[in-house]
Amino acid sequence: MSTPALTAPRQPLFSRLPVISHLKKSVGLQRGMLIVGVVLSGLFILTSIFAPLLAPYGYSQLSDASGSFPTQQAPSGQHLLGTTVGGYDVLSRVIWGSQTAVTVIIVSVAMSLFLGVALGLLSGYFGGWLDRILVVVADAIYAFPTLLLAIVISIVISRGQSSFWGGIFSCAFSITVVFVPQYFRVIRAETIRLKAEPFVESAKVLGASSIRIIGRHIFKNATRTLPLMFTLNASEAILTLAGLGFLGFGIEPTSAAEWGFDLNKALADTSSGIWWTGVFPGIAIVLTVLGLTLVGESINDLNDPRIRGRKRAGGTPAPGTPAAPTTPSTPAEAGKP
Amino acid sequence: MTTLIEVPEAEPGIVAPKSKSKAGGGLGRYIVIRFFLIIPTVFILVTLVFFLMRVIGDPITASQGGRLPPDVLAQRIHDAGYDRPILIQYFEYLGQLITGNFGTTITDRRPVVEVLTTFGAATLELSINALIVALAVGIPFGLIAAQHRDRTPDAFLRFFAILCYATPVFFSGLLLKLTFSVWLGWFPVAGRASTRTELAMSSLEAPSGIYWLDAIRSGNFAALGDIVSHAVLPAIALGLLTAGVFLRLVRTNVIGTLGKDYIEAGRSRGVSEFRLVTKHAYKPALIPIITVMGLQIALMLGGAILTETTFEWKGLGYQLVQYLNARDFVAVQGIVVLLAIIVAVTNFVVDIIAALIDPRVRY
Repeated sequence: MSTPALTAPRQPLFSRLPVISHLKKSVGLQRGMLIVGVVLSGLFILTSIFAPLLAPYGYSQLSDASGSFPTQQAPSGQHLLGTTVGGYDVLSRVIWGSQTAVTVIIVSVAMSLFLGVALGLLSGYFGGWLDRILVVVADAIYAFPTLLLAIVISIVISRGQSSFWGGIFSCAFSITVVFVPQYFRVIRAETIRLKAEPFVESAKVLGASSIRIIGRHIFKNATRTLPLMFTLNASEAILTLAGLGFLGFGIEPTSAAEWGFDLNKALADTSSGIWWTGVFPGIAIVLTVLGLTLVGESINDLNDPRIRGRKRAGGTPAPGTPAAPTTPSTPAEAGKP
Repeated sequence: MTTLIEVPEAEPGIVAPKSKSKAGGGLGRYIVIRFFLIIPTVFILVTLVFFLMRVIGDPITASQGGRLPPDVLAQRIHDAGYDRPILIQYFEYLGQLITGNFGTTITDRRPVVEVLTTFGAATLELSINALIVALAVGIPFGLIAAQHRDRTPDAFLRFFAILCYATPVFFSGLLLKLTFSVWLGWFPVAGRASTRTELAMSSLEAPSGIYWLDAIRSGNFAALGDIVSHAVLPAIALGLLTAGVFLRLVRTNVIGTLGKDYIEAGRSRGVSEFRLVTKHAYKPALIPIITVMGLQIALMLGGAILTETTFEWKGLGYQLVQYLNARDFVAVQGIVVLLAIIVAVTNFVVDIIAALIDPRVRY
């Protein structure tokens, strides 16, 4: 943990950033997967940022200067990916959808990070009845089907009405409730382990307050696995968002574009052989989740010395070792959380 | 893995009965402790769901508001007791749950338990079919990937596993429908069976509700063919989701066991690589699968809701969505609580099975 970092020469900040450092110590297949993941995730983020420039039309635009859009039109020059039953341009909605997805990911992961880490640190460090209650509650929520929980929460928050931010927040909050137990567990387990480390002991002896110990000594060490959890949860957030949208708890088509909602509408089209309304938003979901998962998986594998590629004799020197000698088994390994 | 170990750790002090049996009786004690751990889980979920659903107001206004004149509405709220203090309602609800009364739906006035028995079998059937697909795909492919670790088949299979995870069921369902039902016309587009078969199935006496089982029992093989052709696509859509998880799990664990000393010992005695994987490394790697299967039940139920909606498979998930759209929150609450209990009990059973197989799990 902190000890090897002292002995090994400190790398410049840039190469110590999570994904970059992983890229450096990867080889062969693993490196390929990581690169594909980074490229896909990068594309996703860029698309969402530049959606207003990239999209030919607005997400709820039904007509342009030459008149209203045809409905259910096959891909053509004017509408590259065709139009939907309602007359929306599929390409535009796919592009705008990335913006919705990114917003939901950021809001939900930020909220669950904050709550999960704070609760995990407190619970793990102080223990006692608070810890017991939190563990039982977290276990109960964890065992529950995530989608069901998200549905219940989204009913409570949005009650069906959904403006852009209303919809975003109800989705993000539903996802948060699902994720908090996961962050909580990981951080709590790490905290309990770290609490027994000599450096915490010595900080106590020196008279450091609990807040300082948690904030300075434990926090930094316990949050090592967060980049991994972030990527895995980001992909799960997208799947939950799409699932909610598919069941009709998403965001109204006039407030924002949402892939799951579009897939729901596309379902009725399939029987008449109309494929473009469903296939493209679906591909967008798959590519985004794929990219994020590949990044997460690669980080996970590279952190785990048992799985990491073995052919790394020569080449990269020491920095591989201090990375994670005792990585706790991550949720990815125990199957999708 | 983590989950299993964490559950008993949670509250060892509360229940731990002073077991009188000797060393061998660890299992009995473990079962008792584990059984009592269901109660807080279910209790917390019931409480959570109850208060969440009440935050938005009473269920009658939610489902009938705007449709009935205000005085009739107020009368009905009063009749149903929703104008009393929330805590009284809460304890009354708990009391009802203990007696097995999960409430009566508002829209079609059916007891929630009846809804469960009517539609539960369909969901169970879908889950079993999907589990068969998941195991049939996940385990062999996981073994192949482990055996060819870091080479082309492994790369391909790992990518396939991630793809399985990355594809939402409703999208894989949509693609399957487009390809195999609409374009190729091999399988029906939606539903559990054609109308004739459904009639035949419902006229059976004491049906189990699981169609293929009923068809086999009554020897109706024309119906069986119809049922299987309806079941293929939903089972694949839902099964692939889990297959990816199994594949990765088998791969990781077999790679783990392949590094063990006894494998090395076997190899030095000339046991073939194939036999090492299929015989020696495979079995210990299956234990985590059984544990994870418990987690997968929750994932599968979530997936089942989406799959049922995609394929108009009239199960619990499909029905839940209908009630959600009708804003019948008594029904929603009832179904959600029932599902919570089912998940808790399945996890219990899975943990017990894991304890039977692997004595290290018992404490």
